[in-house]
Amino acid sequence: MRPRIQLLSPELIERILREAFELLMSPGVRVGSAVVELLSSAGAEVNNGIARIPERLVRRCLASTPSDFYLYNRQGEKAVHYGGDDVHFDPGSCCVQMLDPETLEARPSETRDLVRIVQVTEMLPQFAAQSTAVVCNSSDSNNDAPSGIGDLYRLFVVLQHSDKPIVTGSFSAAGLHGMIDLLAADSGSPEKLRQQPRAVFDVCPSPPLNWSEFGSHNLLDLARAGVPAEIVSMPLAGGTAPVTLAGSVTQHAAEALAGITLHQLAQPGSPIVWGGAPAIFDMRTGGAPMGAVETAMLNMACAEVGKHLGLPTHGYLVATDSKLVDAQAGAESARSATLGAMAGINMISGAGMLESLACFSVEKLVIDAESIASAQRLARGIEVPGDDASRGTFATAAFAQTGLSGEFLKLKETRALFRQEQHLPSSVIDRSARGSEPATDILTRARTRVDELISQYREPSLSEDVLREFQAIITREAARESHQSSLLSTK
Amino acid sequence: MSDPLFGAMLQSIIDGSPDKAVELAQQALASGVDPLDAINLGFAVGIKFAGDQFGCGQMFLPDLLASAEAMKAAIKVLEPEMLRRGSERETLGKVVLGTARGDIHDIGKNLVATILAASGFQIFDLGTSVTPEQFVAKAKEVDADIVGVSALLTTTMAGQKAVIEALDRDGMRPRLKAIIGGAAVTSKWAAEIGADGYSRNAIDALELAKHLMADRATDKAAHKGLA
Repeated sequence: MRPRIQLLSPELIERILREAFELLMSPGVRVGSAVVELLSSAGAEVNNGIARIPERLVRRCLASTPSDFYLYNRQGEKAVHYGGDDVHFDPGSCCVQMLDPETLEARPSETRDLVRIVQVTEMLPQFAAQSTAVVCNSSDSNNDAPSGIGDLYRLFVVLQHSDKPIVTGSFSAAGLHGMIDLLAADSGSPEKLRQQPRAVFDVCPSPPLNWSEFGSHNLLDLARAGVPAEIVSMPLAGGTAPVTLAGSVTQHAAEALAGITLHQLAQPGSPIVWGGAPAIFDMRTGGAPMGAVETAMLNMACAEVGKHLGLPTHGYLVATDSKLVDAQAGAESARSATLGAMAGINMISGAGMLESLACFSVEKLVIDAESIASAQRLARGIEVPGDDASRGTFATAAFAQTGLSGEFLKLKETRALFRQEQHLPSSVIDRSARGSEPATDILTRARTRVDELISQYREPSLSEDVLREFQAIITREAARESHQSSLLSTK
Repeated sequence: MSDPLFGAMLQSIIDGSPDKAVELAQQALASGVDPLDAINLGFAVGIKFAGDQFGCGQMFLPDLLASAEAMKAAIKVLEPEMLRRGSERETLGKVVLGTARGDIHDIGKNLVATILAASGFQIFDLGTSVTPEQFVAKAKEVDADIVGVSALLTTTMAGQKAVIEALDRDGMRPRLKAIIGGAAVTSKWAAEIGADGYSRNAIDALELAKHLMADRATDKAAHKGLA
C-alpha cells in the first residue's frame, strides 16, 4: 500500500471544477491576440481580449490531452514519468541570487553557480531532472551571457553539463524557438525531440485568469513543436486570488483549464502538465511564503484536481522563506517535500531555494536531497515481502534461523534487504556517536558533501558536431538579440 | 605465487561469501599454498578493505559481519594445515570482552568481538553482565593484553569504572590496557574513569586495539632498556 494524503473529496473537486468552468465563462479569461482566431473558430466568444470558453470546448480539449508521457535522458532512456502517482523532484528555477556558503551573503548568481548546481544535481539520484536553476548575471565575468538570450544560454549550460531531463522555460516568445532548436540539435532532430522529449517548458499565466500575449504564444509554439509544456499557474491566496484555499484552487483550475484548451486547440494530443506554484499571500510582508504549510496544501490540492482529470501534475515545494541554510530552511523544505510526495505530484520543483525563491544555495540542495530521499522512502510505504521462500513471512522465517540468539545482523536476509528497507543517508545527516572532536552543524557537512560530489562528477561527452550546432544556434540567437557572442568559451 | 587466487580470496571476503572463501581456502591447500600466505596476502587483505570501507560509510554492518563470517570460515579450513606445519597465525593480541555488570545489551560488544577476531586478535568473550572479579580472573588466566567493557545504559556505565578499579587494585595496569565502549559512553567518561581508550564503533575499536598493542610494544621495549 502506497501511503497517500488527500485534502479534497471527489465531491469537493467536482464543486471546484464546476466553479472553475463558470469562471471561464464569467468573467472569462484574458488572452493574447495570437490565440483569438483559434478560440473563436472553436466556438469561444472573444471580445476585447477576453475569451469566454464554454465547458464543452474545454472538455473536448481535456479528452485529447495525454494522461501521461515520459521525459528521456541523453541516452534515450525513459527518466521521468509524468502521470499516475509517480513522484520526481528537480531543483528550483531561475533564481537571481546565490547564497555564498562562506560569507552567508546573497550575491548575484553567475554561470559558475549554475554549473555547480548542475554538477551536484547530476550526481544526486534524488533529482530525476535538472532545471535551469539560476540566472547567469554578467557582473564579474566576460563569459556570462547577454541578458537577451539568457534562457537559451542557461539551457545550453545545462545541456553541456548534464545527461538528465530538464525542466526549463522561456522568458520571451522569440527565445523559445532557439531553445527548441538547441534541444533538437541535442536529440538529433526535431522529430527525435518530439518522440523522446528531453525537456519540459514551464509556461505561466498571470494571475488572475490572464494568458498574456507571451504565455499564449508559448503554449501554441510548444504544442506545435510537440515539446511538453508545464502550466505554472501562481495564484497567491488573498493577493492575486481568493483568500480561501478552496478559492485559490478554483482559480488555479480555471487558469490551467484555459491553458490546456489553448494548447490542445493548437495541436491535439501534445503533452501538457497540470502544474503550478500556488502560494498564500503573506499579510505582513506581501510576499509569497513558499515554506508555509498552506502553500504546500495549495500545491497538494491543485494536484488532486489535476489527477481527478487524469492529467500529469506538477508543484512547487521543497523551498523555504529563510535567508540562511538553517533550521527553518530544513523544517519547511522537509515538510513540503514529504507532503508533496504524499500527494503523488509527478514533478516537484523548488529544492535548493531560499528566501521565497529569491536565492539559491547548493548546500541547501544537498540537504534537501536528504529530505527528498526520506520523503521518497515514506512514499514507498511498508512493503510486504515477496513470495519466494526466504521472504514469504515477516518474522517467522528469520526466527527459524536465529532462534532466540538475536543474531539478526548475521542473517542473509538482513544483508539482502536492509538497503531497500532503510534509506541510508549521506554524510550530510549526522547519526554518529559523539567523538572527541567537536560536533559539526549541517551547513558544514553540506559544504563538504558539495565538494565531494563535484570532485566525483564527470562531464558528459558531447560530439563535436553537436557542439558546433549549439554554437551556431547561440551565435544566431545572439545576433538576433544584437549582442556579440563569445559564449562558447565558458567551457 | 598465484596472485589471481589471492585476489579472489580478497574478493570473497569483501563479498561476504563464506562458501566462496571456503572453496578458495581448499583450493589453496590443494595447490600447496602456505596457509599463512593465504591469510596474510589474501583473506586478511579483504577484511582490512572491508573495515576501511565501513569506516568511510561505503559498507554497512551486515556487510561487515558477512565479511567477518567469510573470514572465520576460511580460517577454519586453513587451521589444520597450519597446525601440521607448526605455523600459527600471528595473534595481534589477547582481548577479554564482556558487558558491564547489570547490562545485558551485547550487540555492540559482539560486533567488536567479531571484527577484532577477524582481524587477528584472540578473543575471550565473557558474555553479558560480567562482574569486575570475573574480568580480573579471566585476564589473569589468559594473560590478556586488553580488557574491553561495554555498557549501553548510563546506569551500567558505573560498572566500567568498577572493572578498571578492580584491575588497578590487582596491579594489572598499565601493562594491561582497559578500553570501554557503548552508546552513552564518551571520551570524556573514558578519561574520567582512567580508561586507556574508547571508541564509538567496532572499526574504531579495531584501530584503538592496534594502537594500544603498538604502545605496549613501545612500553615493553622501554622496560627492557631500563632493565
